[in-house]
Parts: sequence; structure tokens; C-alpha cells
Amino acid sequence: METGIQIGDVLLVTSIMFFIGVYGFVTRKNLIAVLMSLEIIINAAAINFVLINKLVFTTNLHGVFFTFFILAVAAVEVAIGLVIILNLYRLKDSIDPEEITTLKH
Amino acid sequence: MTERIIFYILAFIMIVFSLMSVTSTKIIRSAIYLLGVLMATAGLYFLFNLNFLGAIQLTVYAGGIMVLIVIAILLTHHVGFGLPVPDKKHMILGWLAAMIGITISFFQFTTHTFKPKIGNLDDRVSKMGADMLHYGDGGFVLPFEVISILLLAGIIAAITIAKGGIPHLKKRLKSGQPTTVSSSTKKQ
Repeated sequence: METGIQIGDVLLVTSIMFFIGVYGFVTRKNLIAVLMSLEIIINAAAINFVLINKLVFTTNLHGVFFTFFILAVAAVEVAIGLVIILNLYRLKDSIDPEEITTLKH
Repeated sequence: MTERIIFYILAFIMIVFSLMSVTSTKIIRSAIYLLGVLMATAGLYFLFNLNFLGAIQLTVYAGGIMVLIVIAILLTHHVGFGLPVPDKKHMILGWLAAMIGITISFFQFTTHTFKPKIGNLDDRVSKMGADMLHYGDGGFVLPFEVISILLLAGIIAAITIAKGGIPHLKKRLKSGQPTTVSSSTKKQ
């Protein structure tokens, strides 16, 4: 299996994905788009856990288990985040992060 | 060799689709590109012989989370809604931050020498299930249970937030009255 795939290639790909997600996170002007960039970031981190487990530290399965738990936490986080966004939309008719200042006053 | 070629194809798909997902000006297209990224990730897990993890990635991420995101988009925007292009200053600063981050991490992992592979990984699904419910050394039963409580808390929180007294709060917000919890409960 997996002959010839170097750990450096994997790390390069996932770090590029991670920082593309960071770019989207800081430039997007829409809360759902921000949440989608966050998904790219989480996904890149999860790939790193799995492939370092698979290619470097192969004595146990801890990286794979961490990815399971990352998946569960990401599912909960997206569900709660989207519920909050929908509620804000009903309240303010907008999901622009610069207009949502309800908690400030 | 074949694995290597498949890996490069999947990596190309992941990078290009995530780039399009953060730069696309149509929000629904952005969601579909994100779906492509998640499915290519599942393909990567299948390539590395982790079939169970790939199946979880497909059902939870590409199935569940993407459906949630698409429904949230349809509830808050028109289908052809165009996202505003970020202004020049934010764009340059964002690319600068991303480039600096990529450069730093690239130098980090090119100068670091990784240990050669140690041991042989037992990645059968039966081994994963046994480890997940094992309470001795190397077992994961405590985080497993904590995750189940987290999921329950997530469901309850979603219901509570979604129900919330929004029309009441909205009227109050429009008339300029304070919207704190104490004042709204006092009235009730």
C-alpha cells in the first residue's frame, strides 16, 4: 500500500489547504461563508492527524481516533453555528458579520 | 506508483476546489466546491486503506453537514445570491497572511527530519471498534462517552436557540428598548 507517498507532500498539501481556509475566514463578509472556510481548516487538520498516524507513528491508531472525535465535534459545531446564524437572520434580516452587534449594547 | 498518481490527483482536486470555495462569488457554488473538497478527502482516506474513516467522512461531512449548510443557504439567500468581492486591502492582507503561514510551515517541515516508519499499523475495523470501547491502556471509552454527551447537549442547544422568543425580541429591538434577558423575563 501507499508506496512512494512522502509525508512531506502530504504536509505541503494540507498546509496549503489550511491557509486557503484562513484566507477565506478573514476576507468573507457572510457568516455562512465564514463557517464554510472553517470547515476547510478543520478538514486539513483532520487529514494531518490521519496521515501522520498512517505514515510516521504506526504503532497505534490514536490519530484515526482523534479524527473521529474531530468529525463529531465539527458536526455539533456546524449545527449550533447554523442555528445561531438562522436566528440572527430572523432577528436582523442580515448575516453580515459587521452588522451583527447585538451583544455589544 | 499508481497510488502516488492518485494521491497527486486528489491533492490537486482538494487545493483547487478549496481555492474556488473561498473565492467564488456565488454562495451556492461555494458550498458545492466545499462538497468536492470533502469528497476528495474521503477518497484520500480510502486510498490509505482506512475504509471506515472514509465512510464516516462521506456520511457525516459530505452527507450531513453539507445538507445543513445548503438548507441554511436556501433559508437565508436567494438561489443566485452573489457574495460581495472583498475589498483590495482585505484581499492583500489575507493573501499576505496565508503566504507567510505557508512559508513558515513549509520551512518547518522541510528542515525537520521525520523518523522512519515504526511498527506495522493494525487498521482493521474490528481493532478500531475494540479500541474505541476499551477502558484500559490505549482505550478511548471516556472520550467516546463525552462525545455522546456533547451530541446530546448540541441537540438540546439547537432546539432551545431555534425556538427562542424571536418575534418578541425583534419588536423590542425595533422600539429601541434594551434586549437583555432580565428585562424580557420581567415582562413575562
